[in-house]
Amino acid sequence: MTDTTAEQSNTPDTAKGLARFLAAFGLLRESWVGMIGLFLVSFWVLVAIFVDLLPLQDPLAQTRGAINLAMLTEDKTGVMHWMGTDDRGRDLLARLLHGSRVVLFWSTLATIVAYSVGMIMGVTAGYRGGWWDEIISFIGNVLLSFPQIVLLLVILTAFGPNSNVGIWMNTALGLDKTIVSGALIIVAITFSTAPQVARIVRGIVLDLKTRDYIAAAEVRGEGPLWIMLVELLPNARGPLIVDACLRLGYVIITIALLGFLSLGLPPPDPDWGKMISDGRQWGYNGLNMMLWPALAISSLVLGLNLLADGLREISLRD
Amino acid sequence: MLQLAGKRLVQMALIMLTVSLLLFLAFEADKYSLAGKVLGQYSTEDQRLLWLEQNGYNAPFVQRYFTWVFNAARGDFGESVQFATPVSKLLKDHLLNTAVLGGLVFTITVSIALVLGVLSGIAEGSPRDRGITVLAVITTSIPEFASATILVAIFVFWLDILPGTSPFSNGLTWADANQLVLPVMVLVIYNFGYYTRMTRASMAEVMTSQYVRTAILKGLPYKRVILRHGLRNALIAPFTVMILQLNYLLSGVIVTEVFFSYKGFGKLLYEAALFGDIFVIEACAMVAVFIAVFSQFVSDIGYTLLNPRIRFS
Repeated sequence: MTDTTAEQSNTPDTAKGLARFLAAFGLLRESWVGMIGLFLVSFWVLVAIFVDLLPLQDPLAQTRGAINLAMLTEDKTGVMHWMGTDDRGRDLLARLLHGSRVVLFWSTLATIVAYSVGMIMGVTAGYRGGWWDEIISFIGNVLLSFPQIVLLLVILTAFGPNSNVGIWMNTALGLDKTIVSGALIIVAITFSTAPQVARIVRGIVLDLKTRDYIAAAEVRGEGPLWIMLVELLPNARGPLIVDACLRLGYVIITIALLGFLSLGLPPPDPDWGKMISDGRQWGYNGLNMMLWPALAISSLVLGLNLLADGLREISLRD
Repeated sequence: MLQLAGKRLVQMALIMLTVSLLLFLAFEADKYSLAGKVLGQYSTEDQRLLWLEQNGYNAPFVQRYFTWVFNAARGDFGESVQFATPVSKLLKDHLLNTAVLGGLVFTITVSIALVLGVLSGIAEGSPRDRGITVLAVITTSIPEFASATILVAIFVFWLDILPGTSPFSNGLTWADANQLVLPVMVLVIYNFGYYTRMTRASMAEVMTSQYVRTAILKGLPYKRVILRHGLRNALIAPFTVMILQLNYLLSGVIVTEVFFSYKGFGKLLYEAALFGDIFVIEACAMVAVFIAVFSQFVSDIGYTLLNPRIRFS
């Protein structure tokens, strides 16, 4: 995921950008914290991509009489459940690994959407200034004055999958339930995340705006759109890549959290947050079902945070 | 100074008004749907129309909005559909519980963060500094509901020394104080990392400043340099950040309250959201935004008061 962000921001000269990215990767080897982060993130990304090729049980198949099995037990049909089964007799290992695809897919998509909106808000506010900046900053201040979860709860209660909007998307547009939920969650996350991105981008742009090369570009007669996209954003990429890593971690937490609060994606697809809240109803018997997803999400977010830490360390060095 | 405070107060009022308008638009613009939510989905069309008539919902939208804002400002948010009690009474009880939890967490978190932040900031780049930084990154990576799971597994099921839920059925009493241990632990673990890194960054910056070097060179004892010259200046930035972070703390408190069934503000809001108890959601959101905006105000004013360079310019 990091390489896609790096490559995207380098679009003007991809080859050179790629070389520079590889050089940065070479530097990352010097930071062991960053390497651990990279390892954890790559592990989950690879699992998410290749999970279909792994010899796993069907994550949705329910085995009769094999409810809440402990780890390393066989059910009556002689099938081994390495991590045990959940409250519907589904194999936990399969659900956990398939869950990484659900989590990474929706959180990456949400981060990209939120980042795009935030970057547009921030770069235009910073570069144009004036009344536009005032409006964007005020919108940002209003949205950021909500504690994040309160904002998400408000948006998803008023416009969520079970509201008139969600029902309309489901019936009139004929969209799948998962897609409706996912889309509305992305919208909600964009509302809570984009202002933070905008604030960071705006700060960087205000600094870059005073540089000579921007003045030169203006003298050359380049349009504002070109200056924002080609001159300003690529030069802001350093801190933004680090921030995107952290932000993706927060979005993963948020999506899992919505699952935990049963406001997330609809069942039966595996969702780490939902797995935890399902297990919680079973007390001691559900402990197995809660612990694995808790460890999974912690390791993924930890990986992203360590990676961001390593990248920051390197970017500060040169 | 007064001018700044006045300006911030106006901004604060403007944000609160905008938020109230947004909430009103989101929940009460469609009055027929609102009537359905309040009376339940099995109410008849006639009942809903009667309810709208009786409660003044046929007035023009602007008039309805101003009546609502005026009542909200007096603390009258209507009646909860789920509990059939005034929302203000519900809010008062639940907010008090949250204040106890939040206050405890804030105090403990800040104490730990200050000690660790200073210890790592005065020796930037040392193994101790690296260790504390990595510890801070690790604990901030574990979301509240995950660390709560892990802690419940350890302290409730394995060691069997703490209760796994915190309903406080007999009210907040000393006898049940052990129910608070796990929620507080979860929130402190998640939050101290960020505070520590803030303190560390600020302390590290101050330690490279001219006046600290002067103090060391003129032969003052190291401890005195740290406490008198370093710490006092280094605390200004983290202080404002910590107050600003109350907003994020509140988010975490909501999750933790839901996890441990602690009867606080967060659980109230969450259950209202699931039930569709519109008036409670509106009230909770307004209160949450007020806390956020007010803490921002306190942090801005505090920063100005604490920093003489700004105060006297």
